[in-house]
Amino acid sequence: MADNMITLTIDGHEVQVEPGSTIMQAAKKLEVEIPHFCYHPRLSVAGNCRMCLVEVEGAPKPVASCAFPVSEGMNVKTQSQLAEQAHKNVMEMLLINHPLDCPICDQGGECDLQDIAVGYGSDRSRYGSCSKRSVEDKDIGPLVKTVMTRCIHCTRCVRFATEVAGVEEFGATFRGQDMKIGTYVEKALDSELSGNMIDLCPVGALTNKPFAFSARPWEMKTVNLIDVMDGMGTNIYADVRDEEVMRMRPRTNEEINEEWMTDTARFAVDGLTKNRLTAPLVREGKNLRQVSWQKAFDTLTEHLKGKRRDGIFALASSTLSAEDYYSFNMFMKESVGTDNVDARTDGSPIRGDVRASYVMNSGIAAVDNADAVLLVGCDLRRESPLLNARVRKNVLAKNIKVASIGALTNTTYDVKDLGRSPMDILDLIEDEKLFKKTFPKTKNLMVIMGAEATTRTDALKIMGAVRKLCQKYEMIRPDWNGYNLLSLKAGQVAALDFSVYPVAAGVEAKDVSKSVSEGLVKTLFIYGDVEIPAQELQDAEYIVYMGTHHSAYADIADVVLPTAAYTEKEALWVNTEGRVQAARKAVNPPMQAKEDWKIFRALSECLGKKLPFDTLSQLRLLIAKVNDAYLPENWGSFVVPAWDKFGLTTKPNKAEFEFSVPEYYLSNGYLRQSKVMQDCAAKAQDTNNKKVS
Amino acid sequence: MSSVRIVHEPADKVRDIYTWSKSAKAEVKKILAKYPKDQSRSAVIPLLHLAQREFDGWLPTKLMNLVAETLDMPYIRVYEVATFYTMFNLAPVGKYHVQVCTNCACMIRGSDKILEAVEKLTGAKAGESSADEMFTVSEVECLGACVNAPMMQVNDHYYTDLDAESAKEVLTALKEGKTPKVGSQVKEAS
Ligand code: SF4
Ligand code: FES
Ligand code: FES
Repeated sequence: MADNMITLTIDGHEVQVEPGSTIMQAAKKLEVEIPHFCYHPRLSVAGNCRMCLVEVEGAPKPVASCAFPVSEGMNVKTQSQLAEQAHKNVMEMLLINHPLDCPICDQGGECDLQDIAVGYGSDRSRYGSCSKRSVEDKDIGPLVKTVMTRCIHCTRCVRFATEVAGVEEFGATFRGQDMKIGTYVEKALDSELSGNMIDLCPVGALTNKPFAFSARPWEMKTVNLIDVMDGMGTNIYADVRDEEVMRMRPRTNEEINEEWMTDTARFAVDGLTKNRLTAPLVREGKNLRQVSWQKAFDTLTEHLKGKRRDGIFALASSTLSAEDYYSFNMFMKESVGTDNVDARTDGSPIRGDVRASYVMNSGIAAVDNADAVLLVGCDLRRESPLLNARVRKNVLAKNIKVASIGALTNTTYDVKDLGRSPMDILDLIEDEKLFKKTFPKTKNLMVIMGAEATTRTDALKIMGAVRKLCQKYEMIRPDWNGYNLLSLKAGQVAALDFSVYPVAAGVEAKDVSKSVSEGLVKTLFIYGDVEIPAQELQDAEYIVYMGTHHSAYADIADVVLPTAAYTEKEALWVNTEGRVQAARKAVNPPMQAKEDWKIFRALSECLGKKLPFDTLSQLRLLIAKVNDAYLPENWGSFVVPAWDKFGLTTKPNKAEFEFSVPEYYLSNGYLRQSKVMQDCAAKAQDTNNKKVS
Repeated sequence: MSSVRIVHEPADKVRDIYTWSKSAKAEVKKILAKYPKDQSRSAVIPLLHLAQREFDGWLPTKLMNLVAETLDMPYIRVYEVATFYTMFNLAPVGKYHVQVCTNCACMIRGSDKILEAVEKLTGAKAGESSADEMFTVSEVECLGACVNAPMMQVNDHYYTDLDAESAKEVLTALKEGKTPKVGSQVKEAS
């Protein structure tokens, strides 16, 4: 607490706040509620809705508490006659033009305007016979539905687009009675975070388009989940009705996603109910026939009997949970007995020996303390829109410097281009002057390596170079570790933690396609949607697919086992910081599909080499032994890993970095199954084509 | 004022490309020199005026984009400014833009009659253009010439102390290519 705190009284209660705070902030501290629409703690103050008027003793008129700074000895009344009358008047004014269409409005039940009208409005209006203003709806893309007549011009959406998303495309055009919110020219919003405007809009002007008219808020129960569309581990809510996840919403976690979420996390839910695998299948000639679990297990056991282990290969997708990887890895390596197991199907050579080498050591929240950011082979906007928004926030607030070595694409802030190939890292190490010039007076530099770097064959050399860079410029200190590897995929860190890759002489994922074409792959286990296209794998002699959807991999399989999607299992998810977070189960797996670990456990018994756990808690006990982050008391917190030696010291090769996320909206198996995401991808493609021509 | 301003950009009135002419470029430079380098956005209003004057008297989206690009600012920020101020025309205007003040002072002094006369002579209602595209009629708020109310502005000039008759005379003169007397229309006592 600063010693120059200001003391004021609100509704008879004394409170101390820092100088420069507003009355609204002071009231928040006292938990005194002041009705508001335009004010939002994460956006700049606009002060245009006037709903937050309060009486301040000595002031001639009610003042807008969201914009009014506190002063010593101030006496604020939020419920005096003057304040209450002001609330009534503002509410009456807002309702002049607001349509009375709550019964057909998706915001109904979670609408600020409804709630505040009931709580603070008058029960009658003097504007009974006026005709209401009407505004044409805008088409801003497949995600956000607009009913602009309902807009109350709070400009939260405009401020969000400008300040957080970093796409200045939304604005308020015309004025007074004619003021309109929108893009002026017809245009889909080009942002990976556009869905957050839905949460921000206090009325039903901006709503969730794919979710339109499908459920009321009071019909759904809410479950805490972790998102798996990127490596952030965004905290989310799943709103569930019966056995269906109806929609996703962000859950506030200051250390990770603040209160935002990406569009991929929010809008891919439609894929969870379509095209699902609901029972085990076994190939009979051209067709896959539905069978019982027992039959499927028998078929598999029969097939594996007497097979040479070096002909058995296994690939795992990158959107799986800790339990999934752990049980799968153990199953393949011990029960089946092959070392040709790999979850790094993006071709990455990174191994799990030193945890500090493949996580974000600074942590996500550390962006707020950084003086500068250096991106290495990282398309931050696409690889992690939320981290990008956080960097942008600091660029705006504190003018931190951002530089990049990599295939620069479009960013939402100014980035200094330091070159296109790993060679430029070496230059930066050698050339102290260049470093000082680029990052003057920098104490806390955050180096963030992205997928452009980590999926290259020389990734270990790049990591070694970045490590050297960090050490040379003293960015590895007890109070600061600037070495960060951003994982693009939700399962990347867990898979490395459990060594889901060949540990002896097994074949790595990047060589599996070649082995298939050479006819060395007799049996191939594919677990989830991997990054290697099905065409490259289809010539394996015998294919077992374990997954959630009837994807291209199911089509080429001989045995198909239905697993649980990320919403259908109690699971631990590990984000790019190595933070372990527990998610609840929102719904049951469909029909006969089962939680993944149960499948491996049951199958291992059939093979005569039973995995050493019978329950989820037993499995989690084993997992907890892998490293401290998995201890139940550490769930949810960021455990800084120990710094150690890693990486190669040889020179990386000269080749330039290549763009890492060509199809953002379709970058994993869940997204590919979503019709909404396919629409987004098509739209993005469209805009790209237009830009080129 | 008409209550909702709807923007139509007739495709045949929008040019293919808008680029500053040499003289306009010099003008832009002069305007920009008035503002600090890192705050060149402040020049958006003068630049929009310049653009409107340079190209056909109105601001199609493409032209606003040119201003935005010149000032290196997002398009939408320029649209916001241009749509806020009524002196920027978002639809094509005729050769003469007749702005009749109907605010308090002028109204008390009979601006209704002026507007009626103007509408009749041009055949265009407020917010419209005449068939020959000679005149565009607008109703505007106070133009700060209340002492000589009622008044109207035609392009860059004020015509004050009007009555229906003198308003008609001014416009007829313009139509015939003559140059009517600017300012007060009170006839000198002869
Ligand atoms: S659309 Fe919603 S968020 Fe945007 S200004 Fe209108 S009411 Fe506010
Ligand atoms: S919340 Fe204060 S003016 Fe809108
Ligand atoms: S009222 Fe017409 S000029 Fe002032």
